[in-house]
Amino acid sequence: MAHIIEVKNLYKIFGSHPEKALALLKEGKSKDEILDLTGQGVGVADVSFHVEEGEILVIMGLSGSGKSTLVRCLNRLIEPSYGEILIDGTDVTRLNKEDLRILRQTRFGMVFQHFALFPRRTVVKNVEYGLEIQKVDPKKRQERALAALEQVGLKGWENSYPSQLSGGMQQRVGLARALALDPDIMLMDEAFSALDPLIRRDMQDELIKLQEKMHKTIIFISHDLDEALKLGDRIILMKDGYIVQEGTAEEILSNPATRYVEKFVEDVDISKVLTAETIMKNPIEIASYAHDGPKAALWKMNKAGISSIFVQHRGKLEGIVTAEAAAAALKSGEKNLAGIVDRDISKVPPETPANDLFALLAENSSPVAVVDSEEHLLGVIVKGTLLAALSEGGMNNGTD
Amino acid sequence: MEQIRIPIGKSIEYVIDLITEHFSFATKAFSEVTETGIDILVDSMMFFPAWALIIAFTALAFFLSRRKGIALFTFIGLALIWNMGLWAPTVSTIALVLISTLIAMLIGLPLGVLSALNTTAYRIIMPILDVMQTMPAFVYLIPAIPFFGLGPVGAIFSTVIFAMPPAIRLTCLGIKQVPVELVEAADSFGSTRSQKLFKLQLPMATPTITAGINQTIMLALSMVVIAAMIGAKGLGGEVWKAIQRLEPDKGFEAGIAIVIVAIILDRIMQRAGASQKPA
Repeated sequence: MAHIIEVKNLYKIFGSHPEKALALLKEGKSKDEILDLTGQGVGVADVSFHVEEGEILVIMGLSGSGKSTLVRCLNRLIEPSYGEILIDGTDVTRLNKEDLRILRQTRFGMVFQHFALFPRRTVVKNVEYGLEIQKVDPKKRQERALAALEQVGLKGWENSYPSQLSGGMQQRVGLARALALDPDIMLMDEAFSALDPLIRRDMQDELIKLQEKMHKTIIFISHDLDEALKLGDRIILMKDGYIVQEGTAEEILSNPATRYVEKFVEDVDISKVLTAETIMKNPIEIASYAHDGPKAALWKMNKAGISSIFVQHRGKLEGIVTAEAAAAALKSGEKNLAGIVDRDISKVPPETPANDLFALLAENSSPVAVVDSEEHLLGVIVKGTLLAALSEGGMNNGTD
Repeated sequence: MEQIRIPIGKSIEYVIDLITEHFSFATKAFSEVTETGIDILVDSMMFFPAWALIIAFTALAFFLSRRKGIALFTFIGLALIWNMGLWAPTVSTIALVLISTLIAMLIGLPLGVLSALNTTAYRIIMPILDVMQTMPAFVYLIPAIPFFGLGPVGAIFSTVIFAMPPAIRLTCLGIKQVPVELVEAADSFGSTRSQKLFKLQLPMATPTITAGINQTIMLALSMVVIAAMIGAKGLGGEVWKAIQRLEPDKGFEAGIAIVIVAIILDRIMQRAGASQKPA
């Protein structure tokens, strides 16, 4: 996938002498030290990352970590101090006012934490705003605004005022206002943070659903790790203006780069995040449907110390054979596994969340097979592996 | 030893003289135009019989405020003024107030917008406003005479100076009060500066600006009365006459008429401001 946004060594220093702060930053001084020494506030420090087209990138961090500043640098609501921001190869930091305005009109849609709806405009007039300033014909812009409202499930509310709507609905208006312009990049600054938890979850689901249709590039700011894990294709973790870690949800959870990240991920409900793929163990032995008889299967089980074995046929998972069945077949003199293979086994794709595995493992005693779309056996999960993974908290190493 | 005196007063006098000497053509021209304007306004108001105007004002009060009480007060109050034989001075006072307010707004609103959007302008304008507001109102009457001569135009000049600060201040405040997030939202969609101003900031600031205009009207009314000292006619002139002739009856009647006009203007403006808030 193409890199739609590329940020290189971006700095934002608040104050009139950014060069002083920059020098101290390069000496390795901390944000607080620099504030004491020079009175300059460090917002974003030496940040480099890229955004792929069509992905949801979550930028996460506690308040004061620079995440909101960073996202505002992207469309220059806040003027970056140093560094480059390339959008499709064009350096945004060098654009003149007019080009910047056009860029904002055509590429970006922004959604704000406290909705930022215009209180004196009706819902539909709010959604029309972006089109209105582009001087789109009134009839056309109303059409597009109504379509955007329908997309977010607010049909029929167009003539209400924002103050007459609940928080969740107001943010839907905010979302529609950004969508009406059909921008390819959506900047969502803590878009759901001001909503209560139930509504927030609804909105997250809605965004995921919308994204499946729209395939926008979304940069989502959040301070909530659960939200980040749910929405983010990739996550960037920030602290004191720096990026501390960048990666997929699993990479961050199972391999936190610093103590800070570790602390952050500590109180996440691991079972929601771990997937079959991270938990599964490689199958130690596999029986071949074509070559192995009951004797060979039993021998493999004995050697590996397991009580049942998966059987593959031409690279595809055929079923499972238990030690008892194999022993019985051996006694009755059968030469192949055809008669004793249990084909009714639990198969799951690798991205199955750990939560769903509990139920599966509880209802049958045999292990669960993790298979890809071609029915290749990728790994095995037994109760023990799942519990072990959970107790480790998905963090097998605490490297700093 | 003779005391050394810093010539503050002399310097200001020098500046005033300079302006009078070199720019009197401009001030005199302004004077002509304004005086004609006042005459036309007063004449056209006096053209109608008093009862017709009273009914018209009552209707206007009801239309602007949507309150029966205010309309009723307007009707009774104006009828009382008419009954006291103060109709003509009241009309000229109202005309002076309206014209002064109009000029104060024409200058004040743009200055308010400017000081809200430009930090340098803010730093220059605000101290000047402080001086304008704390300087005793009578002092403004003095330069008004050489600039515009005795009469209503000088009165309007000093009234505008005295009444303009709240219009500037509250316009500035109203615009600055627009939440940062809303301004960011407007920016994020690529609004131009003027789009942002006319589509977001001014509509959001309207209630505050209306409050500023209300204050300007009230200040204008009080100054127009004081300006009677330099020959503005109207209710202030009646009070001034009563002082000189020591006629408490006439003085208090004119005073009551001023209070009535003040209450009517204030209530109408307050309601007009309030009714603009969204549902």
